[in-house]
Amino acid sequence: MSEIKRRDPRKEWIARNRLHPQHLEVLAELGQGAASEWMGPNGVLRRNPHAIGFIGPNGIKRIDRSGAQQGVAGAGAATSTVVQKPLVEIDEPAFSVLVVPDMAGGRLSGHDRDLLGLARRLADADPEDQGAVVAVIFGPHKETSFGEAGIDRLLHLDSPDVAGYAPEARLGALAVVEQAWAPRHWLLPDSKLGGGEMGRRLAARLGERPATGVWQVEADTEVPSGWRCTARGAAESVDIQRPLPRVALALAECAEPVSETRHAAVELALPQPLPSMLSRIEDLGQVPVDPSGVALSEAEFILSAGNGVKDWEGFHHAAEVLGATEGASRVAVDDGFMARDRQVGATGTWVTARVYVAVGISGAIQHLQGIQTCEKVVAINMDPGCDMIKRADLAVIGDSARILEALVSLVEQAREEKRDAA
Amino acid sequence: MQPDTTMTPALEVTVLVSIGRHPVTGRARRADQDARGVELARSLADAEVSLLHAGELAEASEPALRGYLGMGFSELSLLEQPEGADVLPALAETLDAAMPQLVITGERAERGEGSGLLPYLLAERLGWPLVSGLAAVESVENGVATLLQALPRGQRRRLKVRLPAIVTVDGAAPAPRQSAYGPARRGTFETIAGPVSRDEAWAEWQVQPARKRPKRLKIVKAASARDRFKAAAAKAEGGGGQVLTDVTPEQGAEAILKLLREEEVLR
Ligand SMILES: Cc1cc2nc3c(=O)[nH]c(=O)nc-3n(C[C@H](O)[C@H](O)[C@H](O)COP(=O)(O)OP(=O)(O)OC[C@H]3O[C@@H](n4cnc5c(N)ncnc54)[C@H](O)[C@@H]3O)c2cc1C
Repeated sequence: MSEIKRRDPRKEWIARNRLHPQHLEVLAELGQGAASEWMGPNGVLRRNPHAIGFIGPNGIKRIDRSGAQQGVAGAGAATSTVVQKPLVEIDEPAFSVLVVPDMAGGRLSGHDRDLLGLARRLADADPEDQGAVVAVIFGPHKETSFGEAGIDRLLHLDSPDVAGYAPEARLGALAVVEQAWAPRHWLLPDSKLGGGEMGRRLAARLGERPATGVWQVEADTEVPSGWRCTARGAAESVDIQRPLPRVALALAECAEPVSETRHAAVELALPQPLPSMLSRIEDLGQVPVDPSGVALSEAEFILSAGNGVKDWEGFHHAAEVLGATEGASRVAVDDGFMARDRQVGATGTWVTARVYVAVGISGAIQHLQGIQTCEKVVAINMDPGCDMIKRADLAVIGDSARILEALVSLVEQAREEKRDAA
Repeated sequence: MQPDTTMTPALEVTVLVSIGRHPVTGRARRADQDARGVELARSLADAEVSLLHAGELAEASEPALRGYLGMGFSELSLLEQPEGADVLPALAETLDAAMPQLVITGERAERGEGSGLLPYLLAERLGWPLVSGLAAVESVENGVATLLQALPRGQRRRLKVRLPAIVTVDGAAPAPRQSAYGPARRGTFETIAGPVSRDEAWAEWQVQPARKRPKRLKIVKAASARDRFKAAAAKAEGGGGQVLTDVTPEQGAEAILKLLREEEVLR
């Protein structure tokens, strides 16, 4: 829509004349606020209660008190209502709560955010004794919302020796952090590898007895740390209630993630360089695994086929080249093109893939249910109006066979170039 | 089948075994991960495998320990510790004296605190490297083991670690063989005395059967009732994705490839 404002003097005149038969309509059209209120000639606010509300679709008058009355919404004025959450800055923290998020895939996971929510609770419990949440992250990342997640200070260590699987170097770095800031609490996600491993190593190094599998933390004035926690033990079969130790490894949903405030996420630097140490564990990198051997519910990258796939050879070839696990919609399964255990959706498998590529799938609700937790959804479809497009982060409108073919040749070409360069 | 001891440079492997708990009946059994560890040790070429358990030989736990013997062992070393003791000092001392090349443990115990901390504490105390979540041992050459670590989502990572080392196995390791009844009956326990230290903190904690965790409610924080209603009634929608219409297949493929690269799912 063009940004040029055009004036209509006649309408403006009608808008000023509240006795004009078209006054209300014109006011609504011009979007000059509710016609139910105006300033009278003597400076008194006048109200017309009959003008409030609008006529609903079935002829009944509706009154909308949310402030966004529909009848008078300005047409041209695209009001930007990006609500900024209040920014909280903590200049002189009394103590610090250290969090080491997993950063799976270079982003804060849901588990990390829950943990940061817990850290905020520990830091903000006493306004007299305000703490700061410090996060330590390793290696490159793609996260942009550290502040929204509740981080006051961010220590980003990105040297080559802490990249990849380097538990010993990372442990050395955390030991330096411990010396530099002596945090009151260490919180790590009790996840497989990542925090679960790092936290145990850290606790062993610091000589602290950590609480593992913590899922509940409550204030308790009777214990020295002021907090008591409930942790899972013995293969999830018992709950252990104990005072919260300095190092805690918490499960997902241990607290609500931060949602109401923004924090500064000021970059910190280590006061001293990392000690260089001889690593006894050498990371030789990930091993290619057969993607079709990975369970559908666990697969990280799924290429899923629906009724819109006609060229099945091409689809299987694409899955192989991309290294994706194959999935299918119910129609593709019912028609016998895919095995039953490949079906995604309400009556199939609920998948947790990070990237889900839906090829020729319309996005029926039964199918969308199965991909609720997928992070990135890519849709390839002919129909720009289908539900899968609404769900997708990236949608390409076109014929699935030709797009897959182009994708395969692009990937192969890139691999070829890499091989030539090497 | 007896472990082959005639080969001279045998790899000495100790598997730490514990008493498991059947998830449904609660009865004592071979701990699943420990049994997988034993299986992993058995699959190593010319390894001399010994089993070590720290605890007491009670009537309820004996069948569980014999379960490990039934995997092809004639004896199991039993480090005598009373119920509720901290077994770490005794284990560290025993391992320090025996000096095996490789110590295999499970990830977490199925009884007691089950914090999964023991291997880490042992590694810290002995000063050995530790690798967790093992799926397989590929080879052991010149004091360096090549290992396959199980990552989430069915992925694997290859690691090299200098021996002696402690490794933990989890559910991704090969399933254990069945325990044979005869060898399990015939096997013997060789008891070793060790220092006993009480676990005082554990005694102070309150332990109760696990409560079901409350389900997280979807809380909509909105200022007005209308917004809350809209949020509750809304269809799940992605945050307004990018839609490419009227593009050639090549352009579309390029956009998809860019996303796949950004997400690092292409190998
Ligand atoms: C009780 C019940 C349970 C169900 N459970 C499941 C379930 O678990 N999982 C599931 O998937 N379904 C399930 N369904 C079925 C579901 O309702 C849909 O029928 C099904 O998901 C549709 O599959 P589809 O998207 O592949 O096919 P369609 O709806 O036929 O969609 C095909 C899509 O492909 C596009 N297309 C066509 N040709 C091309 C081309 N050449 N290139 C690109 N795009 C093209 C079309 O535009 C269309 O959007 C269930 C149904 C019921 C009643």
